[in-house]
Amino acid sequence: MSVIRVQNLSKRYGRSSGAVQAVAEASFTLDENRIHGLLGRNGAGKTTLMQLLTGQEFADHGTIEIFGENPVENARVLDRVCFIKESQRYPDDFRVHHVLSTAPRFFADWDADFADELVERFRVPVKRRMKKLSRGQLSAVGVIVGLASRAPLTFFDEPYLGLDAVARQLFYDVLLADYSEHPRTVVLSTHLIDEVSNLLEHVLVIDEGRIVIDADADELRGSAIDVVGTRTTVEAFTAGREVLHRAHLGSLATATIAGLDEAGRAEARAAGLELEPVSLQQLVVRTTGDTPGGPADRTNGGRA
Amino acid sequence: MDDSRPIYLQIAEQLEDDIVEGRLPEESQIPSTNELAAFLRINPATAGKGVGLLVDQGILYKKRGIGMFVADGARARLVAQRRERFREQYLAPLLAEAQKLGIAPAQLAAMIQETAR
Repeated sequence: MSVIRVQNLSKRYGRSSGAVQAVAEASFTLDENRIHGLLGRNGAGKTTLMQLLTGQEFADHGTIEIFGENPVENARVLDRVCFIKESQRYPDDFRVHHVLSTAPRFFADWDADFADELVERFRVPVKRRMKKLSRGQLSAVGVIVGLASRAPLTFFDEPYLGLDAVARQLFYDVLLADYSEHPRTVVLSTHLIDEVSNLLEHVLVIDEGRIVIDADADELRGSAIDVVGTRTTVEAFTAGREVLHRAHLGSLATATIAGLDEAGRAEARAAGLELEPVSLQQLVVRTTGDTPGGPADRTNGGRA
Repeated sequence: MDDSRPIYLQIAEQLEDDIVEGRLPEESQIPSTNELAAFLRINPATAGKGVGLLVDQGILYKKRGIGMFVADGARARLVAQRRERFREQYLAPLLAEAQKLGIAPAQLAAMIQETAR
């Protein structure tokens, strides 16, 4: 069953020459009770997309259905959604314990014991004022709220800013364990792809507002491969094949090829080429990296 | 995890290894999908898919409400499968490399005898 259904969604900021097409004709569905990765570079449109999905921004055109309904000013939808933003604002005099004590009003499934356990594990000072927290502590509060809310649909927008490697690993471990016990739909936006690639079941990659990859994570794994060898051999082998990326150093060359089957791999080996796996992160980098006409096209995707 | 192949296949292979090498004896219970996911830091659905693959092949079977168990005769079947694949997986690359280095098959056989001793 799908929890999110999006059709031809577009959102543009600003006017005329300085306009940014933040989301461009995006269409996709996200299934229930899966962990989805929303991946892309800074400014690719990840945050805007999540703001649209949670009714915090209005679309220029296109439709959004969350739990089968439009999310904008719709309590039936928003009561089941938790959105952990990269830069959440709190009332000036709020302390950590105020955040935790008001959370149950917003989240029906809030688990206070779990929240307390996480406060200990992330070592968050509960009596400190929110504005006195370090960047990492602020992120930890967001992560705790996101996990303990147990909302049926939870968005994490780059929730790890300032978190050290230990705290990030703790977040990933707790997310997996709690998700196993309490299945729910999670959308995790990140550019630390290598860190999370094994947690994800499904991947959306957004680039300049467009959805460029929409696939199961395990399907993407091994879907692209690097062939490495002398330039002439690589060029001969890649002729007529879909090449995502090329690089060369002197007489040596590397080409990233999409969808090379076992026969193709055997052929490459027979030609004396070396095969190297491409990680999800490398695949995303090569799909969204600087291509001719890249940044300049940013404003060209608007409504005709 | 290795980046070149789907994780669920790697999970299935790890479980097969454990069965072949006796770490998971026949009729013993394997870790739950959630335990596998937490231990290997992977998505539980992916772990479940790897386990499911071995259930489909009759290597594992489910006891309702209890968990997954290694089937009777699973080890012998896995060993037979692997022997069949041994030639292409191990011998073919070995011979190819030997040929590059100018080592004749007879010399190679002697080297194997010597090393095994």
